[in-house]
Order: sequence, then C-alpha cells, then structure tokens
Amino acid sequence: MIQLENVTKTYPKASRPSLDDVSVGIEKGEFVFFIGPSGSGKSTIIKLLLHEIGPTRGKVTVNSKDVTSLRSWKIPHFRRSIGCVFQDFRLLPNRTAYENVAFALEVIGKTKAVARRVVPEVLELVGLGGKEHRYPHELSGGEQQRVAVARAFVNRPLILLADEPTGNLDPDTSIEIMRLLDRINRTGTTVVMVTHDSNIVNQMRRRVIEIESGRIVRDQARGVYG
Amino acid sequence: MRVKYVLNEVLVGLWRNVTMTVAMIITMTVSLTMLGASVLLYMQVNQMKDFYYGEIEVSIFLREDVTEAQRTAINQAIDANPLVQSKTYETREEAFEKFKVLWRDSPDFINSVGPESLPESFRVKLKDPEQYAAFADQMQGQQGIQDIVDQRELLNKVFDIFNSIQVMALVVAAVMALAALLLVGNTIQVAAYSKRREVAVMKLVGASNWFIQAPFVLEAVAAGLIGSIIGFIALFVGKVVLLDGRLQALTNVLTPIPNGNVWLMLPLLAAVGAGVSAITAWITLRFYLKV
Repeated sequence: MIQLENVTKTYPKASRPSLDDVSVGIEKGEFVFFIGPSGSGKSTIIKLLLHEIGPTRGKVTVNSKDVTSLRSWKIPHFRRSIGCVFQDFRLLPNRTAYENVAFALEVIGKTKAVARRVVPEVLELVGLGGKEHRYPHELSGGEQQRVAVARAFVNRPLILLADEPTGNLDPDTSIEIMRLLDRINRTGTTVVMVTHDSNIVNQMRRRVIEIESGRIVRDQARGVYG
Repeated sequence: MRVKYVLNEVLVGLWRNVTMTVAMIITMTVSLTMLGASVLLYMQVNQMKDFYYGEIEVSIFLREDVTEAQRTAINQAIDANPLVQSKTYETREEAFEKFKVLWRDSPDFINSVGPESLPESFRVKLKDPEQYAAFADQMQGQQGIQDIVDQRELLNKVFDIFNSIQVMALVVAAVMALAALLLVGNTIQVAAYSKRREVAVMKLVGASNWFIQAPFVLEAVAAGLIGSIIGFIALFVGKVVLLDGRLQALTNVLTPIPNGNVWLMLPLLAAVGAGVSAITAWITLRFYLKV
C-alpha cells in the first residue's frame, strides 16, 4: 500500500537530512504510528506521501503508484485517494459542519445531490448527528476534529493520514478521536498517524515506527511509546 | 453546479476587493482606448495614403521673370516626358482664385496679396508618383523654373505627424498596460490570500488545478472585458463627438473613419484585454498557488 525505499529528504539550506535513507512498507488496512521528538522527520513523511514535496533520493510508492514520477497535473487526482487530518483541524470558519464536508466533495466535481446523500451519513458516523448546521466556532475542539475526520473520510479514501490529530485536544477527547480513527481503520482504510502523544500510543497497541534524527530506530508490531 | 460555483466565486471576488477592481478596470480602459485609437489611426493613415497618393501632383512653379520662350520650352518638355500622365497649366489669376478660397476666413490677408504675388505653375500628374525624383532631375535643366514641389513630401510631413501621434498613443497604451498588469497581479495576490484557507483545503482534497485557478483567472478576465467594453464606448463616443462633431473641418483632410473600423475595435480590445489579464493572472497564480 505504502512503500518508502531508501528515501532521503534534505531541505534546501538544511545541514543534515530530515529523512536519511529510510525504508519502510505499510500494508493495506494497517494502523501505524510514527513517533519521535519534534524535528525528527516524521511530518516530512506525511508531506512525502501527499506529494507536497518530493524526496531528494529514493522512491515513494502510494497505492501502488510511484509518487516520485507522478506528473504534476496528476497530483490532484492522486490526492483524492488520501484523506488527511491535522492538528489545527483546517476547517473553513464561515461554513457549517455540513458545508465544510460538502465543500470537499463539491470541489472535486461531485454534485449537490451526492453531497446531500453522503454528508449526513459520514457526519453521523463521526458522531456529529444533529450538529450539521453548527459553525466551527460553535463546536468544541473534539467536535471540530470530528468534522475534519468526516471531511477526510467522506470520499472513502484508501489511506487516512493524521498529523498530530490529538495535539490540540485534552486526553479524554483525544481518546474519542482515536476510537473514531480505529473505527475508520476497521472499514479497511489504512491509517498512518504521526504523534508524540505517548498515552494514546500505549493504549492502542498498534504498529509503532520510531524516528530519530531522520532514521528509523524502532519498528514494532504491537508497540508502546517506549 | 461547477459553472455556477465558479461564476459565484468570480462575482464575490470582484466585489470583495471593489476599489482594486475599479482601479484595474480604469487602467485597463485607458490602456485599451489608447491601443484602439492607435490602431484606428494606423488604419486611417494607410487609407489616406491610398487616397491621396492617387491624387498627387508635382507643381512646377515658374520664375517671376519667366519669358514666353522659356514657358513654351517647359511646356514641351513636360509633354515629351514619358513619366507624365497629364498636366494642367495654372495662371497667376487662377492661383489667386484658389488662394482666395483657401484663405476666405482672412479677407485682410487676401487684400494685401494680388495675383502678381503668386507664381504661375504647371501641375503635373505622374504615371507613377514614386518617379518624382527622376522627373524632377529631367526638368531641372529648363530655364525659368523657380521651384519643383512634390506634394508627396508635404503629405509625408502630415503623415509623419499622424505617425508620431500614433506612436505616442501606443506608448501611453503600453505604460497604462504595465500599470494594469501590476494591478491585476496585485489583485490576484490579494484574492489568493483572502481565499488561502479554501485553496489549502481544495489542494488537500484533490481539487483539480483548473478548478482552483479558474475563479481567479476569470476575475481578471472579467475586469479586462469590462475595461475593453468601456474603452470601446470611449472610442465610439470620441469618434462621434470629436471627428463627426467639433473637428468636422478636419475630416475634409482626414478622409472619414468608417464606423466599421471602429466596430472592429470591439473584438480586438476584448481579445487583448481578456487575453492579457488571463495570462497575467495565470502567471501570478503559478507563484502564489504552488501545488
């Protein structure tokens, strides 16, 4: 599903690479944590998978597509198979929960009729039934992140990337979000989550890949934060 | 749905930044009006050249003390010259009649001049007006000639003036176009900034590039089109008010500008206005909306 082969990424003007000769494979339906201190290079992996940046060396394969050689005009279509959630939610403040999710469908060419059918369903799934017409500022942090998850999942992506999705949430709310991601994982969606929230990693007991200074130092099937 | 969405975004975009939109339209308008005027003038000069060069004459003015024999000799030389198509002879009296018509607004000036102050002349029409120099050379040897004047030289002076007006209009058009382009670039930057969240989400969920960029490009194109329409109206009004109205006297010299030529400016200005704005917007977006 996801393959990194000897991937090195050095940002311009950086003295050392953010990722240094990293090779890792993730199977379909896996739930994987990337952990490590700030600046270890774990967010770089998310950016590589989204093809926001390209690797300096090495090969990145996502959904059996070689991302490295992807023509730039094909990137948008490629991204439709990946959902993405961030620490700061990235919701549009002037749109309701429903409109935020529907926006993601409409801008990739889905009709309003499709949105009317699919959006309430996915909002129900993330536990926001009845709050469709609230604006982000009328929702709690946890609820806003649920909207973001709904938006990432509404297009039924094969992969869900989550970059510190619990970073702005209190522990109880974080666990609720994790349950949600777990439920999404059970539908067969591969989930890749970058975090340094040790509580969550320890509770979930999923595959843990630890990165330090751009290198993989641990890859454990049912790992803890360590 | 998508068309409606894009059009709505364009309208919202133009309105969100309305002072900038107005500035953009004004500079576009002035630039395109100048461009239109310049093109019209260019077409006009070509048309006038065709018209006047057919009518052109070479005037051979005779000296005041020309003798009968010399005049006859010149007359024969002209008749014998193979370059000549036709000729007329103009006496002092005839010259004075023309003079009176020409200066009919200044009777004092006419009164101070009599037929005796004006030279008699032969008016020669050449088969090919371009052959003036050869003809003048051949006639130069004759006695009793004061001066040989080619009207083409006079016309060329007039055309030179038109040409420089045309160049000036083009320069103004270019300078205003530069200002318009900078404004378009700036407007697009502001628009891209105010919609940065939407754009970020669109990129994230995989909206196609054209879908992200279309509203911005169309915003600039709309401003360009509005500018070209106002510019066209300005040209038309200018033509009606100035050439058909106040400066009608000039049109005796100017050969009238056909309305068809003015109408031709509408598609020209629209294409230039829309095309240039679209390209500028698109280039700006390449810097500000990296995928």
